[in-house]
Amino acid sequence: MTSTLSTETTMSVPTMPEPVISLTGARKTYHTGDIEFEALRGIDCRIYPGEYVAIVGPSGSGKSTLMNILGCLDVLTSGQYVLAGEDVSTMDEVALASARNRRIGFVFQQFHLLASLTALGNVELPLVYAGVAPAERRERALRALDRVGLADKARNHPGQLSGGQQQRVAIARALVTEPAIVLADEPTGNLDSHSTADVLGMIDDLHAEGATIVLITHESDVAARAGTVYNVTDGQFVGAGTEIAK
Amino acid sequence: MRPADLLGSSWSAIRTHKMRSALTMLGIVVGIASVVLTVGLGLGTQKDVSDQIASLGSDLLIVSPGSSTDDSGMRGGFGSAETLTLADADALASEIAVPDAAAVAAEKTASVSLEYGESNWTTTATGTSVSWVDVRSRELMYGSFFTDDDVTAAADVIVLGAETAEELFGSTAVVGQDVTIDGTQYEVIGVLAEAGSSGDTSLDDLAVVPMTTMVESLDSSGASEAVQTIYIKATDADALSAASQEAQALLLNLHGIASVDDADFTIDVQDSLIDAATSVYEKLTVLLTGIAALALLVGGIGVMNIMLVSVTERTREIGLRKALGAAPANIRNQFLIEAMILGLSGGAVGVIIGVGLALALPSVLGSTIVISGLALVVSVVVAVGIGAVFGVYPAARAARLAPIDALRDQ
Repeated sequence: MTSTLSTETTMSVPTMPEPVISLTGARKTYHTGDIEFEALRGIDCRIYPGEYVAIVGPSGSGKSTLMNILGCLDVLTSGQYVLAGEDVSTMDEVALASARNRRIGFVFQQFHLLASLTALGNVELPLVYAGVAPAERRERALRALDRVGLADKARNHPGQLSGGQQQRVAIARALVTEPAIVLADEPTGNLDSHSTADVLGMIDDLHAEGATIVLITHESDVAARAGTVYNVTDGQFVGAGTEIAK
Repeated sequence: MRPADLLGSSWSAIRTHKMRSALTMLGIVVGIASVVLTVGLGLGTQKDVSDQIASLGSDLLIVSPGSSTDDSGMRGGFGSAETLTLADADALASEIAVPDAAAVAAEKTASVSLEYGESNWTTTATGTSVSWVDVRSRELMYGSFFTDDDVTAAADVIVLGAETAEELFGSTAVVGQDVTIDGTQYEVIGVLAEAGSSGDTSLDDLAVVPMTTMVESLDSSGASEAVQTIYIKATDADALSAASQEAQALLLNLHGIASVDDADFTIDVQDSLIDAATSVYEKLTVLLTGIAALALLVGGIGVMNIMLVSVTERTREIGLRKALGAAPANIRNQFLIEAMILGLSGGAVGVIIGVGLALALPSVLGSTIVISGLALVVSVVVAVGIGAVFGVYPAARAARLAPIDALRDQ
């Protein structure tokens, strides 16, 4: 694996580490009755630790499919996906669940917090499935909440929090497992402009602290904050990743 | 995932939807309560019947005269013959011939009219021996039973049933009073404790006198040696059939009869009466329990129904849990345990209600209800099992949901 990856990537920058995400010839075909739909038509992509990548594209372009693939929520029809050194494309459902748990922190457009649990309970949830003991779970969840500035809201239920606060709880939940990547799918789609700035600022901070971030959006001003932007159209990247000058 | 966390997430889901959980449990509650109640009622009735029969003595053999065959070969009616005699009773009492008999009492009866002052009462007088009290498992309320000396002397003493004393004297504390039969005075030396009734016959309306007194003074049949019934009490219930065979052999021998088929007597076992009576109630219990089990089945289908609704309603939650790393088995177990907790709680509440009703009902219905601990434990286990069985399908559906479809669900 090292040899195939190094040919392209380590030539220009010899000290560059291994990619967190490595997609090779990624294809995804959906079958609905007799109709066949190619959502991804051969995507190659390397994302390295500490990168902040935005994936943009109109609806129906295949970016949601790409997000599902990257998040191990769905599997490729053909091609290879290596996530943090593990070949995800050959994994079964149980191994995929484990990979999601250990490697990926999700931030969803609709927050997806459980109303019956407190903020703390929601942040603890990934650790529950990781089999972490309650005491350690609580400590790590509180630390993650502190990191998003909501330590004082730990006992509140989602219904008692504003949209921006809810999304920050979701970010804390994404961070608590110390994942290889944070995968944010339209994280500001349900927020007002103030909260949007708040949440995007927080993602900037995470990036500054060294987190690897993949953000899926259709808004160009949101994408403009990323280091690299990939444009998806008709299931393919249009051109190479665009480096954004900071 | 840690088992405690699995239990915790199931429990919190139940608590979050209190109303729905309560409604789901309701079917199980009703089913289990009715099972507990019907089983209790069935066992209670069975116990009543067998108690009644056992009060006659469950280790008792009853020897009755058989049909007589006259010279022309005509057979008389059952029990009409005078083939059992006092000599037979004496022989049966022999420890050598019938070693498995603990006591023997022959009964010779006659209808008598008792008089006391202005009042009189017609009842059945039974002439018998001292062992009667033991053989018939009777107790005395007042006074004492007659003695061997009374029998030898053909004393004019009498022991009355409680009902007889009440009818004649208006009281049961009548020891020392005299009653008159055909102009002869008899001293009341004891009153029997109440024993209820056996079929249509009251066990408390009778007068007991020594056999000799009966033969000499009261019997008017002219067949002074004949007795109506000989009761044999076996040494214990296990020795019953041995005692029966010994008694049969002895009587056949005494009567000079070669074949059992020609026997001029019959020997009945009290147990066969109990078996016959209880088997009817056993069938009734099975039937009632079957109906209650149907109620339980309906309750189980209710659990499945609501669990399926719950899976549909919580599709997004399931999707999220899967996205955060829940394996299909984690989701399946959460729903399965949820269904089992509902079964367990429903079962427990059902048992409490069933036992409560079982304690309250007997005073209303006047019937006995027997609560068996085993039945309660089995009920709760069955309730949990029903939760598990009917939870499997909804849980499997939840586990099969694809995370992306589940997350997209609105």
